[in-house]
Amino acid sequence: MIFINVNGKDYQVDVPSDTPLLWVIRDRLKLMGTKYGCGIGECGTCTIHIDGKAQRSCTVEVGKVQGTKITTIEGLSENHPVKRAWIEEQVVQCGYCQPGVIMEVASLMAENPKADAEAIIRSMDDVICRCGTYPRIKKGIAKAVDIARKEVRK
Amino acid sequence: MKTSFSRREFLKGSLAASGLTIIATLTPEGVKLAKASEAKGEASTLKPTAYYEITPQGTVKVVVPSSEMGQGIHTTLAMIVADELEADWGKIQVIQAPAADPFKNVLLDSQLTVASAATRGWYVPLRKAGAAGRAMLIEAAAQEWKVPASECTAEKGAVRHAKSGRSLNYGELAPKAARLQVPQDPQLKKESEFKYIGKLMPRVDGPEKVNGKAIFGYDVDLPDIHYAILARPPAYGAKPDSFDEKAAIAVDGVVKVVPTPRGIAVCAKNFPAALKGRKALNVKWSAGSHPDMDSASIEKALVSGLEQPGANAITRGDPKKALAQAAKVLEATYYVPCVAHATMEPMNFTAHVQQDRCDIWGPTQGQTVAQMVAGQVAGLSPDKVQVHTTLLGCGLGRRAAPDFVVDAVIASKALGKPVKVVWTREEDIQHDLFRSAVAHKIKAGLDDQGRLIAWDHKVSCFSILKHMGRPIENGIDMYVLWGLHDAPQSPAKSRIAYGIPNFSVELVLSDLPVPVTPWRSVQNAPNAFATECFMDELAHLAGKDPLAFRLESLKDNPRARRVLETVAKSSDWGKPLPQGRGRGIAQHMCFGSYVAQVADVSVKDGKVTVNRVDVAVDCGPVVNPDALEAQIQGAVVLALSTTLKEEVKFAKGGVASANFGDYSVIRMSEVPEIRVHIVNSTDEMGGIGEPGVPPLAPAVTNAVFAATGKRLRRIPLAL
Ligand code: FES
Ligand code: FES
Repeated sequence: MIFINVNGKDYQVDVPSDTPLLWVIRDRLKLMGTKYGCGIGECGTCTIHIDGKAQRSCTVEVGKVQGTKITTIEGLSENHPVKRAWIEEQVVQCGYCQPGVIMEVASLMAENPKADAEAIIRSMDDVICRCGTYPRIKKGIAKAVDIARKEVRK
Repeated sequence: MKTSFSRREFLKGSLAASGLTIIATLTPEGVKLAKASEAKGEASTLKPTAYYEITPQGTVKVVVPSSEMGQGIHTTLAMIVADELEADWGKIQVIQAPAADPFKNVLLDSQLTVASAATRGWYVPLRKAGAAGRAMLIEAAAQEWKVPASECTAEKGAVRHAKSGRSLNYGELAPKAARLQVPQDPQLKKESEFKYIGKLMPRVDGPEKVNGKAIFGYDVDLPDIHYAILARPPAYGAKPDSFDEKAAIAVDGVVKVVPTPRGIAVCAKNFPAALKGRKALNVKWSAGSHPDMDSASIEKALVSGLEQPGANAITRGDPKKALAQAAKVLEATYYVPCVAHATMEPMNFTAHVQQDRCDIWGPTQGQTVAQMVAGQVAGLSPDKVQVHTTLLGCGLGRRAAPDFVVDAVIASKALGKPVKVVWTREEDIQHDLFRSAVAHKIKAGLDDQGRLIAWDHKVSCFSILKHMGRPIENGIDMYVLWGLHDAPQSPAKSRIAYGIPNFSVELVLSDLPVPVTPWRSVQNAPNAFATECFMDELAHLAGKDPLAFRLESLKDNPRARRVLETVAKSSDWGKPLPQGRGRGIAQHMCFGSYVAQVADVSVKDGKVTVNRVDVAVDCGPVVNPDALEAQIQGAVVLALSTTLKEEVKFAKGGVASANFGDYSVIRMSEVPEIRVHIVNSTDEMGGIGEPGVPPLAPAVTNAVFAATGKRLRRIPLAL
C-alpha cells in the first residue's frame, strides 16, 4: 500500500511502488488534468509540483514520493497569477500541453519571486507545445509576473 | 430519406425543451430554417445542419458540429450565432454535436474538420439561424406589449420597447417565440452592427483548459474501463513469428491479448499493466517487406523518380518549346523528407461494443468515417454507433484517419467491456501516417526581359489517395499536387498563383510502403517550399528583386499582390541589414486564403537563427481575429520546426525515430517574434487553420541565401 498526499488530500493506493506517479494521479485519483505526452521527461505535459518544485510525473516512481506534498493543476488556485494571465492573454489553443506549462511557470515564479519574465522564459526550453502557442506563453509569463508583483505590493 | 436512430434520439432529447430552438437546414435551394416543433414529427425529412436552443432560463446552447483541436472553432461558430441573435455572450454555452447526418460540413459533404473549411461552411447558415431567432423574439415581445415590432429592439439577450421603457429577456420570451412562424429570409445585420464578429472575444474553452478540467480522448473515463496497448510491427509488412501470450497474461492486471490488423493488443486494467504486459508478450517479428529501406534509400528512390516519365496533371501552352526558345533557363531539384504529426495528445480512442449498440469516444476530426468503420467492425449499421467527440489535443490532419478507432472497437468487442486504446509517444511517431516526403525538379525559362515564361515541374512522392484506399485515376493524386495544381472538383483551390503562359506539372508516385496522410496544409507546404525557393533563384537569374519579380507574374492576382506588398512594407523589405543577416520573402494561397511572409534571419557559425517573421494574411472577412492571429502564429512555429529540425528517420524497413528525444521539435528559445498583419478584405472567405504554414520554409530558406549566398534545397536546413 502506498500513501500519498495530493492537493492537500491523503490517498492510499494499491499499486506497485515503481508505477510512474503520472498514472496513479490520472487513472487512480482520476485527476485528468495532468497529461501524458512522452513518458520520458522530454515534453513537460505531465508536470506537477512535489513540495512546491516542478517535476515530471512520468519519470517519478510513486513509491518515492510518500511523505511529500504533491500539487496538480487542479490543486493550483483558479486565482493563481499564471492561470489568470493565461486567460487574459488567451494563451491556449488545443490546451493539452497547458496544464504542464502552467505548473512549470508557477514553480519557476515561486522559486525565484524576483526573477523577471525574461529569465523565466529562458528556462522554458524543456516544454513542448505542438500548437505553437510559444509567442503567447511568453506574453502570459510577462503578465503573470506583473500580476504577482502587483499582488505583493498590495 | 433515411432516419438515423441517433439523430432521432438526439432530436427528441435536445429539442423537447420548452424554449426556442432554431434549426438551419441546407437544401439545394439554400438555407431552410425550422423550429423544434416542426422537427419533432418529421425529423427524417429534416436535415438540420446546425442549431441552437434558448432555454427558459435564457441560456443559449449552440450545438456545433466541428471538432475543437485548438483552432477556436467552438468559439468562432458561437460568435456567429450570438451576434445575429443579439445574445448575451455570457449566456452562451457550446455543445459538441454527435455524429449524425445533419452535421456534415456543407463544403465537404461529410462531418469532417479539415481543409480549413469550418468557418467558411457554417458562416451563412448560422447567421441566418441567429437572425431568424432574433426576429421571432422581437415579434413575441411586440405581441406581448401590443406594439409594432418596428418599435422594439433586441440587445444583449433582451428585447426592449424604448417608448414605454419595457423589456423582456430572451428566456422569458423563448416559449412564446417558439409558437411563431420562423422567417425564412430574416434580415441580416450590417457589418457595422456586428458586436462579436470581427471583435476580440475570449475563447469559450479557455477556463476549463487552464484549470485542467478539459476532457480529451486520453481522459475518457467509464465504469470498468480497460486499457489496451498494441505491440506493433517494427518494420512495414512485418508479421509476428512468435509471442508469449501466457507471460503477458501472467502480468498483474493484464486480462486478454487480442490480435488486430495493426498488431497485438494487450488489454489490462490500467496503463502501466498494459505496458508491462506488452513487454512480456515479447513478440518476435519477421523482417518485413523492405528490410533494407532507410532514410537514404527513400530519398534516393524519390529523387530518381524524377528521371522517370510521370503522369501529366496539367499542360498550359507549350513549356518544352518555350524552354527551348527562352533567353535564360534554370533547373533545380528540391527535397523535403517525411515529417510526423506528433500531436501533443498521442492517438487514442475508446469503444464500448454492446449487443445492439456501439459507443465510441475520442478525439476525431472525422466523425462520419469513424462512425462508419466502427459500425463495420462491430457488425452494426452506422446509425447504431454513437460518436462522442472529445476535445482534440491537436489535430494537424492526423485525426481524420480512422485507424485508431478500429483497434478500440476490435478490443472492446473481444473483451465485452469499454476499452481505451492508448498509443505511447513511440507508437504515435513510429506508426504515424506522415506528411509525404517529396522530391521536385523544376525547369523554368525567362525571356530576354527576364520575365517568367515557362515552367516545367515534376513531383515524386507517396500517394495520399492510395493510403486512404481510394482509386488513383490516370496516375494523378490531386492531394499531393495541391499548391501546384488542383482538380476542378477539388473542395479547396490550391494552385500556383503565378500567371505562367507555358506551364506543366507531372507526377511520379512511389511504391514504397511509407504511409502518408494530410498534415496541416497537406502537401501545400512542401510544394510551396520548392516553388517559392525556385522563384527566388529565378529572380536572381533575372537580376531582379525577388518581390518585384513575383509581382510581375501576379498581374491577374490582386489578392496575392496585396499580401506581398503589405508584408514587404511591414518588414522593411529592401532596407539594408548587417553582415550575416538577410531577409527572404514567399507567398502562397491555399484553402482560399492568401498569405505572404518575410523572414529575417541571422546565420552564424552554421547556425540559423530566425529573428522575426512578418506575415500578411488575406482570408476575406474575418470572423474571429484573435483566433486568426493565434492560428497564424501557431502555423509559423510549426512550419519553422519542420524547416529547422523535423525529419522522420527510417531504418531497417521501418521507422527509427521514436520520441521527442530523437525526433526534435522546435523549442521556445528558437521561436522568433511573429507579427501578423490582417489585410482588410471583402473578398471571398478563406480558411485560417492551414494557410500560415506554406510560405514559412521558403521565406526562411531564401533569407539564408540573402545572408550567406548559399542556396539550400532541402529542409531541415543544414549549412
Ligand atoms: S509525459 Fe512526462 S515529460 Fe512528457
Ligand atoms: S496548446 Fe496545443 S499543444 Fe500547446
